[in-house]
Amino acid sequence: MAVTVFAMALQRNLFSAVVLFGLYSFFMATVLVALDAVDVAMTEAAVGAGVSTVLLLGALYLVGGTEAKPLHRPLIPLTLAIAVGVVLAYGMQGLPAFSDAQAPIHTHVAPRYLQESMKETGVPNVVTAVLASYRGYDTLGETVVVFTAGAGVIALLRRRRKDAK
Amino acid sequence: MRNDIILRVIAKIFVPFMLVFALYVQFHGDFGPGGGFQAGVIAAAAIVFYALIFGLDAGHRLAPEWIVEKMIAAGVLVYAGTGFAGIFLGGNYLDYFVLGADPVSGQHRGIFWVEAGVALTVSGVMLKLFYMFTGRGREPEDA
Repeated sequence: MAVTVFAMALQRNLFSAVVLFGLYSFFMATVLVALDAVDVAMTEAAVGAGVSTVLLLGALYLVGGTEAKPLHRPLIPLTLAIAVGVVLAYGMQGLPAFSDAQAPIHTHVAPRYLQESMKETGVPNVVTAVLASYRGYDTLGETVVVFTAGAGVIALLRRRRKDAK
Repeated sequence: MRNDIILRVIAKIFVPFMLVFALYVQFHGDFGPGGGFQAGVIAAAAIVFYALIFGLDAGHRLAPEWIVEKMIAAGVLVYAGTGFAGIFLGGNYLDYFVLGADPVSGQHRGIFWVEAGVALTVSGVMLKLFYMFTGRGREPEDA
């Protein structure tokens, strides 16, 4: 994955950058499967590697395939990125160990979901039970966000088309 | 890509399976991985695939643009309507326990409709984005 990211950053040809981006998404989906997050992995494979690659290629068809020469030297963004990375790495020291059963996230509501959701909702897949039932408001909000994003794109692109006529 | 026989045959074979797999992910989301979001994306990806191979017009015939636009709004309405159904039947907003004869079947029904709403909106938005992006290059001369 790290190799893919570096190749993507160094790539001047946008077409290969898009293809590498799809490759990265597939790697990410594999990692998510390894973490037992199959639901997220399916989404990543379908959206990240599938649909968004097609959308990026469609955009490339409109704007052309080569990256413009950067206007500034990349020193300031590079310094900023490294600084943020260092801060994040420092913050990660405070996280509980990976798959630590005593981590705070596993002791609050998770046991209740795991033990009671079958009785309360009759749905064996806990992810679905939490997503649609216990966290129904959050999922409603997400759906509205997706709706708003679609409406925004429609509003932006459609007006342009009318102007053209 | 319309003239490549291998792509055409493979697309013809695969697209129905992709759509059925989307339905499977949608309705089997209670038992295995999956749910509305994944199902919507897979269905949209199947139609995008079809439109890539057979041309945008074939895609438009399969999923006309006005239906796609209606789907975007209908999904949110189905989701929010499930919440209001809970109110009318005497519960709180998005309270599924009152939707069925007993709480568990009510939960089933509520989750079913909510996931249907999510799938509608997600696949509608994905398809609409695809149509908008690919449709941009279509009338370049009159700009």
